[in-house]
Amino acid sequence: MNPRSDPLVTFEQLCSTKEVVISTGSGGVGKTTTAAAVGATAAANLGVKVLVLTVDPARRLASALGLERFGNTEVEIPAGAFTDVGVEPEGELWVAMLDTKASWDDLIAQHAPDAATRDAILANPLYDNITGKFVQSHDYVAMERLYEIHNSGRYDLIVVDTPPTRNAVDFLEAPERMADFFSSPLLRWLITPYRSRIMNFASKPFYSVADRILGSQFLEDIAEFFMLFQTMYDGFVERARAVTTLLGGPQTTFMVVSTLEVAPSREAQFFCDLLGERGYHLGALVLNKVLPQYMLDPEGTEAARALERDAFKLAADLVPELGNPPVKKAHLSHVLSESARSYLDHQVVARREAEQRRELSSVPDLVLTVPYQTEDIHSLAGLLSVGGRIWR
Amino acid sequence: MPSVPLLDRRLLFVTGKGGVGKTSVASALGLLAAGQGRRTLVCEVDAKGNLADFYGLGPLSFSGTKVRDRLYAMSMDTEESLKEYMSLQLRVPLLARLGPLARTFDFVANAAPGVKEILTVGKFTYEVKEDNYDLVVVDASATGHVVGQLASPVAISELVSVGVVRSQTEWMIDILTDPRQTGVVVVTAPEEMPVTESLELVERLRGETDIDVASVVVNRVLPELFSHGEEEIFGRLRATEVTAQLVDAVGPGVHRVLDGAQLAVDMRRGSVPHLERLRGGLPEGIPVLYVPYLFHRSHGTRATHRIAEFLGEELL
Repeated sequence: MNPRSDPLVTFEQLCSTKEVVISTGSGGVGKTTTAAAVGATAAANLGVKVLVLTVDPARRLASALGLERFGNTEVEIPAGAFTDVGVEPEGELWVAMLDTKASWDDLIAQHAPDAATRDAILANPLYDNITGKFVQSHDYVAMERLYEIHNSGRYDLIVVDTPPTRNAVDFLEAPERMADFFSSPLLRWLITPYRSRIMNFASKPFYSVADRILGSQFLEDIAEFFMLFQTMYDGFVERARAVTTLLGGPQTTFMVVSTLEVAPSREAQFFCDLLGERGYHLGALVLNKVLPQYMLDPEGTEAARALERDAFKLAADLVPELGNPPVKKAHLSHVLSESARSYLDHQVVARREAEQRRELSSVPDLVLTVPYQTEDIHSLAGLLSVGGRIWR
Repeated sequence: MPSVPLLDRRLLFVTGKGGVGKTSVASALGLLAAGQGRRTLVCEVDAKGNLADFYGLGPLSFSGTKVRDRLYAMSMDTEESLKEYMSLQLRVPLLARLGPLARTFDFVANAAPGVKEILTVGKFTYEVKEDNYDLVVVDASATGHVVGQLASPVAISELVSVGVVRSQTEWMIDILTDPRQTGVVVVTAPEEMPVTESLELVERLRGETDIDVASVVVNRVLPELFSHGEEEIFGRLRATEVTAQLVDAVGPGVHRVLDGAQLAVDMRRGSVPHLERLRGGLPEGIPVLYVPYLFHRSHGTRATHRIAEFLGEELL
């Protein structure tokens, strides 16, 4: 903890330096909006070409950004959208939404040795199931696509939103697991020609159990699928390693997004620790939906208590002041006491948030707080307003 | 068909978008059911450890931990579930033979679609089938993954045409698709994304599965501070000369108080359209239960008890 008079790190600085900003955090904390806000603000303020790669944006935000029609394709937000809200953009803002299925198909097309193998894989009944339900399939394809776009050299800065995973670290491990998976003994065993497998004494007990459980036809289906997949082994493993290198490289930074509720901030802490342990660059912690500081003011507490206690008496004095049409004393008294009660109730929450904030240790140098927004953000203006709060 | 009373079912899958308080609702439903005399098991599927917090326990495991009379809590572990499945249901004689299978379990589970899901769903339906509990409450996966999980027995039975697994899926499907036994509880919050996801989930559950949506729980509903007329009075209060008089009476902090109340009014107002969209978008006959926002203690055993009280009143 070293308090500084002027901050050494800002988003402006991070976005001027890093090529990839990965937004992560638990569900429902505003990860997508924050990523979009950072991207939009970078495009507005820096003369760079920015891509915001989102996974699952709110529909109204998606349509405001023109994402609904385009899906996996990258589209530019026209400069006119910025000038409409009074901003002269220095750079360009592009957006794309991750389409898991389309990305997998692209990946297969890219790695398949020939058209016949590609078509056989795409037509295999297990393909949809495996790419759709494979535990790390979404995570992997998101990181893979990031790598592909980064490598293309089309953008100065890519801000990525991460998929809603069970665990915020899943996507970090996805490329490695994918590489492991392709080099696993089981996979090799599955694609050993059938007869030699049955002859193999060592695997016989396993085979008989597996056969009894799943049926040999199913095992054969899997075997065939992976036999096709194996033709792409080298390409996949190499690629997975390259993705891992990009995530840990000097051009990449992570932004952890959270609220100050108990469970999300605990997860944010866990993630900050983990990034640190593994040597990833932790650029910023953004705390969303935080109640305003004035909720903690002791003068406010004092006034609220007095207001609640004396509501009826105060109401009697105030009725004439409120003018016409005349208000009922009972109503006014209720307004006063409810206001006081509400302040005191929210003060409890604000105190809890302050304590959660204090308990967050090992946080990055850049910690930013975005106050509670009473309206959902689904416009460029809204994104720029949030971005503006955390930019410098 | 009239909806089956929530806690009279045997198996409840509690799901919702991340961050809406799914675990707190699941733990409260378990507490409520046990308090009403039902032998209840609550299970966390995504091992984040929050369920343990809501019952004031240490880390949970696959073998249940007793919370209080008639209430047990566990966490899902697909590898353990596989072992149990092998020995109890398939009666595979020698566990030793599972050596290679256990070692490569992760890969099997990843390679064969639906294996992890079916081991999860299979465990719960098994507990119901064996009558080990009156009610099993599952703190299930978030909205994005739960349909795949619930549909896994059907998916597997389509992929696997013979074998023991095939016949096992049949009784699972019977339990899952019987609305007297199984229901999904969708937890949501009066915000844009949670409501959108909940409506989509209900639609998918009804379109892609035969599993009944038992109830929608709207969590963290902010109180309405003022009636319409009172809101107008509040507006007049904020006129400078009136506020000045209040400052004289209760101190300068009154500005803070009124700002805070304004924020609370705006927050509540922001949530109303989402509540309306939820009510309007849900198919008829799905009961909606409301749980107010908890200002004090939002996490832990006290929160569980408070939410159980509110749900108990809603279910009367």
